[in-house]
Parts: sequence; structure tokens; C-alpha cells
Amino acid sequence: MERKIKVVMAKLGLDIHWRGVYLVSQFLRDAGMDVVYLGNKFPEQIVEAAIEEDADIVGLSTLSGNHLTLGPKVVQLLKEKGMDRVKVFMGGVMPPADAIELEEKHGVEKVFLPDTPMETIVKAYYNSTDEQQ
Amino acid sequence: MEDIREVEVLVEKSLQGDKLSTARLISFVERGDKRASYILEKIYPHAGSAYYIGITGSPGTGKSTLLNRLVLKFCEDKYSVGVIAVDPSSPFTGGALLGDRIRMQLDHKKYDYFFRSMSAGRVLGGLSRTTKEAARIMDASGRQIIIIETVGIGQSELDIAKATDTVLVILTPDSGDGMQMMKAGLMEIADIFAVNKSDRPGAENMLLSLEGILDQKKQDSEKDNWRPQVYLTTASLNKGIEELYEGIWKHYHYLQQDKRLEKRRKTQFKKELQMQIEREFSRVLWETIFEEQSIDNLVDTVWPQRTDPQAVAQRFVQKRLANRIAGKSK
Repeated sequence: MERKIKVVMAKLGLDIHWRGVYLVSQFLRDAGMDVVYLGNKFPEQIVEAAIEEDADIVGLSTLSGNHLTLGPKVVQLLKEKGMDRVKVFMGGVMPPADAIELEEKHGVEKVFLPDTPMETIVKAYYNSTDEQQ
Repeated sequence: MEDIREVEVLVEKSLQGDKLSTARLISFVERGDKRASYILEKIYPHAGSAYYIGITGSPGTGKSTLLNRLVLKFCEDKYSVGVIAVDPSSPFTGGALLGDRIRMQLDHKKYDYFFRSMSAGRVLGGLSRTTKEAARIMDASGRQIIIIETVGIGQSELDIAKATDTVLVILTPDSGDGMQMMKAGLMEIADIFAVNKSDRPGAENMLLSLEGILDQKKQDSEKDNWRPQVYLTTASLNKGIEELYEGIWKHYHYLQQDKRLEKRRKTQFKKELQMQIEREFSRVLWETIFEEQSIDNLVDTVWPQRTDPQAVAQRFVQKRLANRIAGKSK
């Protein structure tokens, strides 16, 4: 049986804007993935969920400026808990320079800034798990 | 075989309570990995001591919130809890949006619980066929209370009764009138009813309505049977949870007497065995008997004859079985 991709989606921290992450979640579901939607959670809770759900991917929505503090924390915790195969994607609002830093220095697979086409996001999620098959 | 070694290690660790390994084993079983039966065979002897509770209710009844409260109560009483929350999948894409975790706010460092979301797969509203297997893996890993939560549409109530020791059905004052509640299956399946969102108007009426129906059924049934209890709750305000919690334990104690739990589980085992045998027959049929001829070929052959599908199927299977017995096919 073909392996279904398991994604854990969360809003990093306390910002309550939900439409972006919710929309992405729906598109991922429509692409055949199982998406566990966490709502607002902090890194430790997110990683615990990733472990329990045996996630392939963690998607983080960040809109309140916490991306450089909390984002890398998620990647770091995943490594510490033996979940380094999990790919971390981030999406939301931040300076493009930060996005690059997150990708190049903090182990984030890819950061999607506003106006990224949904198809790009879904494809990136989908392709990120190819390496493990 | 190296493949098996990887799984052996996971089983070892899972049986000691390691979350990561337990989660990985559940994934193997979920996707029907060829090592799934090895896994299940290995963990089965270690499962069976947990108490299985099924929670079902239509969307919008506040199941997740109520579940959160109940998990907290079990954890506070120092039980190790496992939760499997089943949500429907899209019948078209196979994907699923699993949102039961949103309400889970409990600090995992303080409370010992394991929460796993599962998509129901192709079964509308029912349990994923691997839900019970996942529950067993959690059981074997040391979880003492296993809660399976499912959405109460389609046949999920019936499925859940086959997989658990106590079934809790959640309704709300908006759940409809008495006649609707007599809907086949619900009354027979539920051991406990919770009328949630009972701060809404109509809660008392629903309670009385349910009590009336249950009293009637009690009169008609055998003396020894459990008379389902009804509780009013408002999970969002943490009201009625204590009573409901006590009520669940009441049913547990009822099951402990007169080997009721064992009888119940034996009946479930029988049903599961029947289902597995059927599934195995089906698998063998599709894998081996269709070797020489695809179903499309078969359709092309019989279509002009204008025979009904049942007759075609009977002839087809009889012929294949006869061939096998005569040793003509492999």
C-alpha cells in the first residue's frame, strides 16, 4: 500500500490568525495527505505531537515575529528526540533575509512567504518525502 | 532478515513504553506494511490488560472537549492513557484533516498520555480497520486506559462497540427528539450517555426522554443487563465531568463481575476472527485466482451474455475453487 504522508500543522505561539495555515491544511488533505491540525501550540507540544503521530512533515505558521526564536527550536527539539528525518516547513510573514537564514542556518526545509502559490507549497511537501521511500 | 531486525528493535522498545517506537509500529500497521502481521503477533500476548473506552457522537457535540476533560481525570488518577481519535477521510483523495488534537492542552510532562489521530480510510464514519490493532499496540506498550474516539455517523457506533469495553455516546440538547434516538444501533450500543452542552435549553427534556426510553428497554430486557446511565455535562465549563467519570468506573466494575468482561471480549474476538477470515479469503481470491485473467477481461467476456453479476460471480468462484481442489491451478 502506498504510504500516506502524515503532516502536523501548527500555529507557532499565540497569534490566532488561522486562515493561511487552515487553507494549506485543506489543500494538503486534498492532495491525499493526513494532516493533523494542532492550532496554537509551542515547540515542545508540536514535537510531542510529531512523535505520537509519527509525522513526516511539520508545517509551522508564523505571523507574529517569533519565527527566528521558535522555528529553530522546533527543528532542534526534533533532532534531540530522534526525529531528524522530519522535514520542517514554515510559512507566514517575515523579512526574506530571515527566511533564507532559517533555511540555510537552522535546518528549515523551506519557508513560504505570502503569495506563494498553493500548488508550490503542496508540491514541496509532497516531494520532500521522496527521499525516504 | 534486516527488515525484521528494524521492527524487532521497535517492538522491544515499544513494549518498554517508548513513545517513538510505539508510534512507528502503529504507522507500519496503518499502511499494511508486510511486517504488520509480525508486529501484531509479537505484541498480542502483551495486550489485554488495558481498559478500552469508546466515545462516539455526531460532529458538534463537543466530543474533543469532553475527551480532554476525561483524559485529565484519568491522568490525575495516575493512569497511563492512550487515545486514538478517528476522523473521516475524503472518499475522493484519501486525505484527511484530523482536528481532534486542537483541544488537547494537557502538559505532556505532567500527564502521561499518548494521543494518536487516525483517518478512517474508505469506511464512511466507521473505524479504520487498523484502529483496534493500533489500540492493541498502545495497550501492549503499557497504556492502562485506551480511549477510542470516533465521529458518530455511518456505522461507527457499531464498530466502536466491537472494539471497546465501555461505549460512551455523546448527545446534545439539539440532538433531536426521542424517536430519532431510537435509531437502530445507538440504544443497543451505548453503555453510558452524556448530554453535553447541557447549559443549552432542552437538556432536561433530553435527559427525561432518554431515561424514559431506557426504563422501557430495561423492563423488556433480562434482569442482569446493564441499564445505561445518562449524565448531563457541560465540558466547556467543566461541569458534570466528575459524575460522568464515576459513571464510567461504575460500568467497569459491573464488567468485572461474573466474568462479563471476558464474555464481551470473547464475543468481540469471534466477530473479529470472522472478519479476518473473510478478509483473508478475499485477499487470496484477488491475489491468486485473478492471476490468469483480470477483472476487465472477465467483464468483457460476460457482458454480451447479459447475465446478472451475482450469477457470474458464483460461476466464477465455483469454477476456480474446483480447479484448485483438482490441482489444476497453483
